[in-house]
Amino acid sequence: MSRVGIKGYAYCLNHMPETGMYYGTTPYHARREGKEKEFIENLPKHIQTYEQAMQYAPNQAYIGGLTYEEFEAAATPWTENLIKDASRYGKFGEIMPEDEFIGLMSACDEFELIWLEEGFAKAISEKLAKNPVMTENIVKRVVRPKNMKDLATIETEVNEREGEFLRFGGKVVGCVRSGHAIDDCLFAHVLMENLANKASGTLSLLHLIKNTGIDPADIDFVIECSEEGAGDMNQRAGGNFAKAEAEMAGLVNASGCDIRCFCAGPVNAMIAAASQVAAGARKNCVVVAGGSVPKLFMNGRDHVKKGVLALEDCMASFAVLLTPDDGQNPVMRLDTLGKHTVGCGAAPQAVTNALTYEPLEAVGLTFADVDRFAAELHIPEITLPAGAGNVPEASIKMIAALAVMKKAIERGEMNDFIKARGPIGFAHTQGHIPSGVPFVGFACEGIRAGTMKRVLIIGKGSLFLARLTNLADGASFLIEDPALGGAAPTAAVSKEDVKSLILEALSEIADKLN
Amino acid sequence: MDLQNQQRVKDAADKFGTDCIVVLGSSDAEGAEIYAETVSNGDPTYAGPLAGVPLGLPVYHIFDEIIRSECDPAAWEEQISMMEMVLDPESLAAAVKGIRDEFSQGSLD
Repeated sequence: MSRVGIKGYAYCLNHMPETGMYYGTTPYHARREGKEKEFIENLPKHIQTYEQAMQYAPNQAYIGGLTYEEFEAAATPWTENLIKDASRYGKFGEIMPEDEFIGLMSACDEFELIWLEEGFAKAISEKLAKNPVMTENIVKRVVRPKNMKDLATIETEVNEREGEFLRFGGKVVGCVRSGHAIDDCLFAHVLMENLANKASGTLSLLHLIKNTGIDPADIDFVIECSEEGAGDMNQRAGGNFAKAEAEMAGLVNASGCDIRCFCAGPVNAMIAAASQVAAGARKNCVVVAGGSVPKLFMNGRDHVKKGVLALEDCMASFAVLLTPDDGQNPVMRLDTLGKHTVGCGAAPQAVTNALTYEPLEAVGLTFADVDRFAAELHIPEITLPAGAGNVPEASIKMIAALAVMKKAIERGEMNDFIKARGPIGFAHTQGHIPSGVPFVGFACEGIRAGTMKRVLIIGKGSLFLARLTNLADGASFLIEDPALGGAAPTAAVSKEDVKSLILEALSEIADKLN
Repeated sequence: MDLQNQQRVKDAADKFGTDCIVVLGSSDAEGAEIYAETVSNGDPTYAGPLAGVPLGLPVYHIFDEIIRSECDPAAWEEQISMMEMVLDPESLAAAVKGIRDEFSQGSLD
């Protein structure tokens, strides 16, 4: 079996501007070093409200509040053309406000690391109870006595024992406590990142359960693929977010593990999970990733300098359920995969070739057989003012140029190819999140609706950031309409074809004998 | 230009002087100008080892015809031709030439 069904998916955002202004890496260090007072003072003037973030077209696209076609048609600039009738909940997930997310973080804490001010905790517990995916257990955990303190106790904890404040509405509403006196893997801001990641991944798991209707007890295995490292000083990224999130979401029969590969993590995790399903090792596997606090306002310095909105205000998460191919669900093909090998080199041409042309060519497909090429899907209104260009557009231009070189299209057809087959970016600059996977949902929706037949999901990761190697990484896989049967358009072999081949071979032998 | 690359360029210039040239592969003209200025007039962001160090090195973009004509056509086809179709080679070469004319000591012309 080389095909696996994609049963369902969930995509969620957590609007986190106040956490981001203090604990996103860029503002966090600017604040600590005290050298960029102007940036720190001006950043709050460039922040969206929750309503604005909720009505922002790329955010609505991410949670499935817009179809991909509606998103394509949305007026730009998106910041000036908010979607007034947008809602918090979309077909894939939700945009959760910051106060509720702080409550969810507290519910995800097992070690009394988060203290919330008592009145705040009780109010948030009531709010969370209204969320259709929230379990009774999670709602109750927000108001556990051990996680609620008065404000004076919280302030003492932060000021005297290296904790970090949690804020909402400009006020302190709680804190994250330090987990160790000397182990910097367990300092408060690290634990905050990890607990936020766990909570956001859990939120997507809960939406996945709702979207697919699966009994949580039927999920066998979870692979988590974000970029955080959970561990202590003896094993800095020992893990395991997957099992921690499975526990919170009530997946009682699941185990799990984490896969890390920078931005290529999700595509590698999808391949790893699908391979387990295909082999029959585990039946129902979930790939999940929580979001990143450090990347909030990562490019905020440029946004403030250029006088535009600092849009990196959301943590993003996703979850995908992979099941055995039943002929009904869109399928992930495992008989051909894109792989950026060690020997491939770093030239964009070599990388693009390895991740697009090679896996297509291996099964008799060409560029024209793929409806969409989903590589990095960053929101261009975030990256353009930061000097990083329109990333998804740059990716599809490279693929189009390669298609010309491989004679799949004429040079004059490049612009049409780019327009028709390159997705517009709608994912936050959360590292692992933009790299291909946000389009899994739209690809499956398009296949079900008959508007797409085949999509290539591409992930690329900057391994060199960890200083272990100068290499980057990349991987890709095809999603297809199950009716295609995993075959190339011209690869089907009939009885007549076989007969004719045998006759041809016999005739050649006869000729040689004569 | 990141700090490690600035140091590499500085080390090479210390060893070979302006006998070495810098070839850039930047994909946008604004970035190419900053890199070109860094290796000729010093780091304009004052962040790296080349801050206030005007090496005066001759600097070219890979798409400059004088560099392109030196390249092995097969290697060019294999490694660069795709990006040549995607980018605007002439404006990139011109952007670097503008900086070279202003700050570089010597050229290949």
